[in-house]
Order: sequence, then C-alpha cells, then structure tokens
Amino acid sequence: MSSNKGTRKLNYALAINEALAQKLESDPSVILIGQGVTSPWYVGNTCKDLVERFGEERVIDTPVSENATTGAAVGAAIAGMKAIVVHPRTDFAVYAFDPIINQAANWFYMSGGTSSVPVVFWLIVNGGGEQAAQHSQALHTVFAHVPGLKVIAPSTAYDVKGLLIGAINDPNPVVFIDNRSLYGASENVPEEMYEIPFGKGVVRRKGKDITLVSFSFLAQESVKAAEALALEGIDAEVIDIRTLKPLDEKIILDSVNKTGKIAIVDSAWKFCGFSAEIAALINEKTNLSNKSILRVNIPDAPAPASVSLEEGYYLNSDKIVKSVKSLF
Amino acid sequence: MKYSPGLLENLYRTMLTIRQAEESLVEPINNGTIRCPVHLYSGQEAIAAGFCANLNQKDYLFGNHRSHGHYLAKGGDLKKMIAEIYCKETGCAKGRGGSMHLISVENGVMGIVPIVAGTISLAVGAAMAAKVRKDKRVAVSFFGDGATGEGVLYESLNFASVYKLPVIFVCENNLYSTHMAIGKIRHKNHIADIAGPFGVKSFHCDGNNVLKVYEVSKKAVEHCRSGKGPVFIEFLTYRMRGHVGPDDNIQGTHTEIRPLKEVEKWKKRDPISNFSDYLIKKKVLTREKIKNIINQINNEVHDAHTFARESKRPPANEVLKYVFQ
Repeated sequence: MSSNKGTRKLNYALAINEALAQKLESDPSVILIGQGVTSPWYVGNTCKDLVERFGEERVIDTPVSENATTGAAVGAAIAGMKAIVVHPRTDFAVYAFDPIINQAANWFYMSGGTSSVPVVFWLIVNGGGEQAAQHSQALHTVFAHVPGLKVIAPSTAYDVKGLLIGAINDPNPVVFIDNRSLYGASENVPEEMYEIPFGKGVVRRKGKDITLVSFSFLAQESVKAAEALALEGIDAEVIDIRTLKPLDEKIILDSVNKTGKIAIVDSAWKFCGFSAEIAALINEKTNLSNKSILRVNIPDAPAPASVSLEEGYYLNSDKIVKSVKSLF
Repeated sequence: MKYSPGLLENLYRTMLTIRQAEESLVEPINNGTIRCPVHLYSGQEAIAAGFCANLNQKDYLFGNHRSHGHYLAKGGDLKKMIAEIYCKETGCAKGRGGSMHLISVENGVMGIVPIVAGTISLAVGAAMAAKVRKDKRVAVSFFGDGATGEGVLYESLNFASVYKLPVIFVCENNLYSTHMAIGKIRHKNHIADIAGPFGVKSFHCDGNNVLKVYEVSKKAVEHCRSGKGPVFIEFLTYRMRGHVGPDDNIQGTHTEIRPLKEVEKWKKRDPISNFSDYLIKKKVLTREKIKNIINQINNEVHDAHTFARESKRPPANEVLKYVFQ
C-alpha cells in the first residue's frame, strides 16, 4: 500500500501527530483546540511538541467546557479556519451535541450552501480498564445517523495519517473516531503528506468462505480472528471499511456476493446500530439469506466496571471466532 | 457625544426599515402565506441599529430566532430576507433556512439559529479566528434573556475571558422568555451582573434609546478591537409582538401573557417614534423629510414582498442538495 521511498515505521499515535504537525505547518488556517492538547495524560503522543512548535494561539488547551470549546471550533471554521477539536474521551463530547449536530451538521444545508464548516471532531474511545460507563462509549452510530456529518474510523497508522489529513482538508464537518488501544500499532508510513479518499474500504485479508466487515480497533481483531479461523478451515475475507460515512457499499457487496456469508463486527450496541445498517444493505442489495448474516456487537448494556463483567462485554478476536463459527 | 446628521438619519432609517419590514409580515403570517415560524423584532430596533452602526462590514455577527433586525442592520439584503421568510429559492438561504436561518456572509452575518444560546460559542470561535489572524475583527452574538438559562453562555464567558477574545455578548432583555416573565425564570433581573465574576467588562443600558445604545456599543467595540478582551452588554427592552408570530396568543394557548398596562407603558417608550420626535426637535430632519423616508422604505418593503411572492420555491427534487459541500 505504501511506497518504500520516504517511509519509516511509525506508530498510530505518532502518525496522528505527524498529520497534525504537517497540516499546522503548511496551512496557517489550521487550529487545534481541546482539553488536554498539551498533556500526554489526555492525548498520548498525538499532540507531542505541537504547542511548542505552533504556539498557544493555534494549539489551544482549554477549560473543561466541551460545549463552548466545540462551539468555538465550529465558529472558527465558519469564520474561515480549519479547526480540529479533540475530546480525549468520546463520552465528554455528549456535552457538545449542540455544536456538532444542531450547528455543524446542519450548517451548509440550512444556509442554502452559502457557508460550510471545515471542522474535525476528534473523539477518542477508551474501552476497558474497569473505567465503567462514562469513559468507554462507542458512539459512532449516533454521528453516522446525522445528515451532514462524515464519520471516519481508521485502524492503522498509515490510514490514520491519510484519513486525518483528508478530514482536515474536507470542507464538511468530519467526526474522527479514534481508539486509544491502537496507539502503539506501528507500520510503514510515508513522510510526505497524503490523503486517503473517504468512502473507500480496504480488504485486509482475502478469503472465500465468509466476509468480516469492521473498522477501527475491531478491524485489527477481525484480522486476528480470520487467522485463527483459517486454522479451523474457515477462510474469512476481512474488510476494513475505514469510513462509516460515506460508506464503501461496493467493497462489501462484492465480497459478500463472493463468500455468501457476512459477519458485521461492531464495537457498539446492536439495537438500531451500525451492524443493523449493514445488514439492511445486504438485505436490500443481495440475495443472501438472513441466516447468512451475523451481527457481532457488544451487549445492549452500559459499559461495566468490574473486569469480570468487561470480559462479557467487549469484543475481541476470540469472541469474533466463536460467533463466526456459529454460521458453519 | 456629537453626532453627524448623516449618522442620525442612518440610525433612523435602519430602525424604520426593520420596523416596516417586521410589520409587513403580520398580514401574510395571519393569512397563511408565510408559514415558517417568525419571531418579530418590533420594539427592539434601537439595539440592532445602534449596535451595528459601530461594526465594520467584515466584523462577525451571529444571531438568534429573533434576528431580522440584526441581519438588516448589518447590511443584509431586504429582498433576500423577505424571500427567505417566504421560503423561496431567491432567499438568502435559498429557502432552506426560513426566518430563523438568515445569512449574509459577505456582510458578516455569519449565522442565525433558533437553538437558544446556540451561536454564543460560535461567536467566541469567530473571535478566536480573528485573534489568530490578527485581522482586528470583532465578533458579536445577540441573544435574549432566555439564553441566560443555558450553560454554554457561562462556559463561553469564561473561555473568552481567559483567552481575551474580541467577542461581544449582547443580551437583549425583553423581559419574556417565550411565555415566561423574567421574574419567573431568573433569581435576579440584572443580567449584566453575570459577567463580572468571569472578569468580563459589562454594561447595562436602555435598549429603547438608540443613542444610548450607540454610545455603549461604541465603547464595547473599541474595547474589544483594541485587544482588551470580551464585553457583555445587557440592553433592557420590550418586544411589542408575541414570542412567535404577531400575537402572544398566536398558538391559541398563550393569551394575555403580558399585562395590558405593561404593554401600554412600553408603547410610550417606542424607540422609533421617540427618536423621530428627537430628530424633529433637534432640526435634524423635518416632518416632510421623515414622511418621504417612510414612503421610500414602505416602497422598498412592498417591492421585497412582490419579489418574494413571485419567486419560486426550491424544487422538490433538490431536497438532497447542500447536505455536503
């Protein structure tokens, strides 16, 4: 995927850091705002050295005021900046639903196309660690539901750099769903700036028996699951859709038409969820029987604290393997 | 303070344009030609006119559900406004926004929304943009007394103060938050006091006297533009029409919310008739000149309605247009 020239190993967090630094460097209208942008305790290495390099006026650490700071990012974008606002825990972005959903998502439409909002809402998911219900929620479905928002959820270092640069350059509001458990994952990443187009999934592993569709952290777990399934004679194809909206329908449909079975692996709740959307897509556009469509979700419950309950709650490759085997 | 006759006449013209435009909407609202929710600004004209006279075209303005006056005072096109209220393709938001989403980016009218307090943080962000670019623009958000119940106002005051942003928080206290009298929704009715604890400079001002509004606004804009940080202004005023639509009982439920005596008292404080009396007394304008101005503005408003009525609505097959750029 990546050329060898000018690439080196970089982990996911530093790939984010490089995307941010290169955009801040090359475009004076880019600003980064959010609680903890100067603190690794909040954002890991993703914002390393940014305030030192670009100053406090463009890299803005904030009071704990998610609604106002997100609104400020939206307002700055309306006034011609390209703004990135980070919520180090997705849960706290719920305080900012007004600027995200009422304002940014609707803005271009309700202004009759006269004013757009080039803003990136960067939400970090932190599942596990006995953090319980308000530090761990996966809310991608909520944002993907709203017209006017694009939603991206990259799973690799290469993808996160290219998709984040694409998100910053996009004239529309983009929700960037991030997962802290990916931060250590390294791969070859080009030094130069590049964009990955939205709405283009990628086949992570070729296979012929079943299609696994996922994104973000669970795309990686799905690859692991596919390797384990191969040992048991099930040859799974793994699709990482990379962007939930726009959605690469074709890559999913092409794969399913080949394999005849699908498991949709989604880190959020099942009811009215993203997996339901993909299942509906399969129903509407293929002849697959419902018995060949499997939805793999977390239980319809808030995230628990105790690790014993967490084991029954979060998905991983073992659970994906177990679920997929029920179709064979 | 000394005023040039030109400025005084402009303040009068702006207020009158707003009033005539607002009152021209009553009939088409009542007969159903205009269908979208319309929140009339009649009675509060001195605030938009007096404040915006201190802004440059490039300064940023954000408004609320009751913002026809702000749009016009900042230079927004009358025909495009009336057409938008009729939800026509020729409107300033191409019929996608209606009365509550007027916009005129070229005049700095960056956005108007009915979510109460919804643009306060947006104005803070626009001020942040101005500060990063060092372009000396200021940003203003107009909101009502009802917005003082929203948490984002206090978050925004703190944020703007900490970063010394060039933003002006303008609260138009018209004494009613939809159907609720202010005494029922606030512990204290001296809203300007909320700014002090955040270190934000504040003013409390008669919002029905356009010259007082002008003077306070001038101080606020100068303070902001010189980099001294945000300002909060409370203008005390009164809406002469209902919360939405011409009357308080437009929806058939909220009858006689406001005591008749109170309404009569505020009618005597009408910002436009008082100002025209002042202009005649000071010999800035003659009665005849005022009559001419009224006729001229009435013609403009009439033409705007004709333009709007003759314009087409956006075609149904374009419902997906403008979801994304």
